[in-house]
Amino acid sequence: MKGGWFKVYAIGYLVFLYAPIILLPMFAFNDATIIAFPLTGFSTRWFEEMLDKPALTIAVKNSLFIAVTASILSTTLGIFAARASTRYQFPMKAGLMGLIMLPLVLPEIIVAVSLLVVLLGLGVSLSLWTVILGHVLICTPFCIAILSSAFQSLDQSLEEAAYDLGETAASTFRLIILPLVMPGIISSLLISFTISLDEFIIAFFLAGTEPTLPVYIFSQFRFPQAVPVIMALGTVLVVLSIVLLTIAEYFRRRGIAKSGGKDTGGFL
Amino acid sequence: MTEKPTMIAFQDVHKYYGDYHALRGITATIRAGEFFSLLGPSGCGKTTLLRTIAGFEGISSGAVMIDERNMAGVPANQRPTNMVFQSYAIFPHLTVGENVGFGLRRAGLSKPELATRVGEALEMVGLKGYGDRAAHALSGGQRQRVALARALILKPKVLLLDEPLSALDKKMREQMQVELIRLQRQVGITFILVTHDQEEALVMSDRIAVMFEGEITQLADPETLYRRPNSRKVANFIGTMNFLPAMILAEGAGKIEVEAKGFGKLTLDAEQAPGGGQASAEGAAIGFRPETLTILFDGQTASDRETMAVIEEVVYFGDMTYYDVKLDGCDAPVRISMRNVFGRPVLDIGTRTRVAWSPGALVLFR
Amino acid sequence: MGQSRWAKLRQTEGANGLLMISPPAVYAILLLAAPLGTIILYSFLTDGYLEIIRTFTFANYIEAWTNDLYRSVMVRSLGVAMTVTAVTVFLAFPIAYFVSFHVAPSKKSLWLFLITIPFWTSYLIRVFLWKVILGYNGVVNSGLIGIGVIDQPLDFILYNVNSVVITLAHAYAPFAILPIFVALEKIDRSLLEAGQDLGESKFMTFLRVTLPLAMPGVIASVLIVFIPTIGDYVTPQLVGGPEGRMVANLIQLQYLKLDNYPMGSAIAVSAMVIVTIVSLIFVGLNRRYLRGGKR
Repeated sequence: MKGGWFKVYAIGYLVFLYAPIILLPMFAFNDATIIAFPLTGFSTRWFEEMLDKPALTIAVKNSLFIAVTASILSTTLGIFAARASTRYQFPMKAGLMGLIMLPLVLPEIIVAVSLLVVLLGLGVSLSLWTVILGHVLICTPFCIAILSSAFQSLDQSLEEAAYDLGETAASTFRLIILPLVMPGIISSLLISFTISLDEFIIAFFLAGTEPTLPVYIFSQFRFPQAVPVIMALGTVLVVLSIVLLTIAEYFRRRGIAKSGGKDTGGFL
Repeated sequence: MTEKPTMIAFQDVHKYYGDYHALRGITATIRAGEFFSLLGPSGCGKTTLLRTIAGFEGISSGAVMIDERNMAGVPANQRPTNMVFQSYAIFPHLTVGENVGFGLRRAGLSKPELATRVGEALEMVGLKGYGDRAAHALSGGQRQRVALARALILKPKVLLLDEPLSALDKKMREQMQVELIRLQRQVGITFILVTHDQEEALVMSDRIAVMFEGEITQLADPETLYRRPNSRKVANFIGTMNFLPAMILAEGAGKIEVEAKGFGKLTLDAEQAPGGGQASAEGAAIGFRPETLTILFDGQTASDRETMAVIEEVVYFGDMTYYDVKLDGCDAPVRISMRNVFGRPVLDIGTRTRVAWSPGALVLFR
Repeated sequence: MGQSRWAKLRQTEGANGLLMISPPAVYAILLLAAPLGTIILYSFLTDGYLEIIRTFTFANYIEAWTNDLYRSVMVRSLGVAMTVTAVTVFLAFPIAYFVSFHVAPSKKSLWLFLITIPFWTSYLIRVFLWKVILGYNGVVNSGLIGIGVIDQPLDFILYNVNSVVITLAHAYAPFAILPIFVALEKIDRSLLEAGQDLGESKFMTFLRVTLPLAMPGVIASVLIVFIPTIGDYVTPQLVGGPEGRMVANLIQLQYLKLDNYPMGSAIAVSAMVIVTIVSLIFVGLNRRYLRGGKR
């Protein structure tokens, strides 16, 4: 068969990719406290215990608040930047866009420490909002990348046609541009939400006394007896993200079908 | 022909993009109810000029008047013009009907009224019953029709068409040319077409403005443009033109005396030098179209003048044959096109033959 | 005079563009450029226990580049990041090639979907699970003992540089696959037929046509893997052990544990400089390839 060896390799590679994720439910449903083989027996007690941890509930709430706020803010900033970069020529364009996209090529720890230094220097006390500031910074470049391709594929004569047919700049944006870039906006929201939800190092530096979910998980790794609960939590997160991704993929395909484009594949 | 009232007037319109001088003093009028074309190679400013009428492009100086009203400060959405875009700009997220009715959103029509107007517009362009189709499922020709219906439904005074046929294949293009002419006669409004296809412009237009480098080089009806081009540039852009070096011997009293290679001494009407009195750097030349020369076969006699020539190259086109011939007394070959009438032979290279020509078909370029 | 509103908008396109870009630009200037400027400033100051001493000095940099501990951590970070990048990109290329060339177009999105799913699960938990896989009583060791290959658990696979490399190579796999895949997808298939038509074997066509055209994607992968791995904190912290520590751990130590901001800043700036230099080298290579690729 054509590409037979490639297929064998590809399947091997997928096994490597999925190895940790396959282990996750094994330990989540395992009776033992120690995370090691052999497995001792089936149990759902870690899931029950998970629901019983007030600190975890707080961390989840904090993370959701941060992720929702950061994704909305970074997508909004991303719309401005994507529109500006695809539609206008202006002085210092390359420099400004470069600065905005910089977090993409900057190790996160540097974003974290530099923000920490400035915020402490200004006397700002660390809170969920300081985490949001950092997350918006690192999410915006991803939003711009997604939104730029959405704005780029927008034929400028569509805007002109609407304007020619009597619409104003504002109603053209509402009636033509917004519906056509909506799939991009939704992807942007989803991706920035996911990035923020999973981000550890900035939250670790900037969260102060209020832990986010990754900070909470990290702290629990120090206590071996707490780890099985984290495995249960991880299992829940995997299932949730697969469901979320499937929904996103469904909407993406529907969006493509609606605007008549061809499916070029790929969520990113 | 009675002179129609003026619909659009350009008054010394200049347009700069930074240092680039895109429109260099355009002064012209376009009449009401006229099918007018802006013809020229890419980059000549024809699309820019069209967009100054639509209001998408501002002008640096001068004035654009539509129906005797200065358009300065009037935005595109308030001008009595509508446009058919090169890419058609059909809104992909709307149905055909929603696209066509897009501009009526602000008219405050009731639903049945709107449906009637949309239905009428679709019927006019031959898309009756397509209202509920998804716009993105249409073929190129259908998109073109939707774009036309969408622009015409607003009953503009002027319809602007930016290379509307360039995306279609040859057959579809010819069909749409005929339909556009029919549509223009039906609605009776001014159509302004931008095109780089000289044939398209000749077929469709009442008058054509030929543009080069931001200027209108010649503005005339198709026949005048073809028979009496006012410059070598126009002559070369529209059809094929043979040039032979010439010398002006004398002129006056509406006559010009010329000596041309291969043709000898001639007397032309002043009307045969439409380019006016300015001499060009290349020197004077006589120009003529390939079909204005005729090869005389055995037994034929010339109604006009006659000269001898040798055939250098033969290109067979089915309905036509092109001959490149050398006229006696002239080294540069000229092209002759002959219709392949039944029974007429195709001559071989090297044949010596008689050629007939008429002084009235010649054009003098100074 | 004589201008439509649209014309005025056009003429001041620059102003409009600046207005449009200003919200994200102001945000980035205040929260990115200014803070980065601040740590660069700090890196030239001296830590005075309770306050920062405001005298200009290169001492932090001299310390960062001469102190054996600091230098070894930075060299190790660079080494780990380069190894991870090489391994990841090398392993990823065949996958991208397989999906682009051997998978039916209708199934491509499914494959990409499968490849990206693991990436959407918590990074921390994925890293921790590698600790489980590679640990003393982990999956690898119990498996190998179970089938009798070894009788003592291997101890060189956890809490050192090896485990850091394996874990990072896993974490950044999708990042490496996607840019290569995109580059391969863009290749006009008739070019490959032309290559074979002109007498090259399939393999030589791959070397002379496919590989050069895929190069921009490969270089994008290299950058996309290299930059985050060199600054990664979690993986060395969880699976690296004392000898697997990397520059991020050092920066964190200086800032949060030792409270030595100037020293931490000097190390952070040094790391940024290293990343920038390596990135510029690769961007330069990319440019050369792009220029070569233009007809």
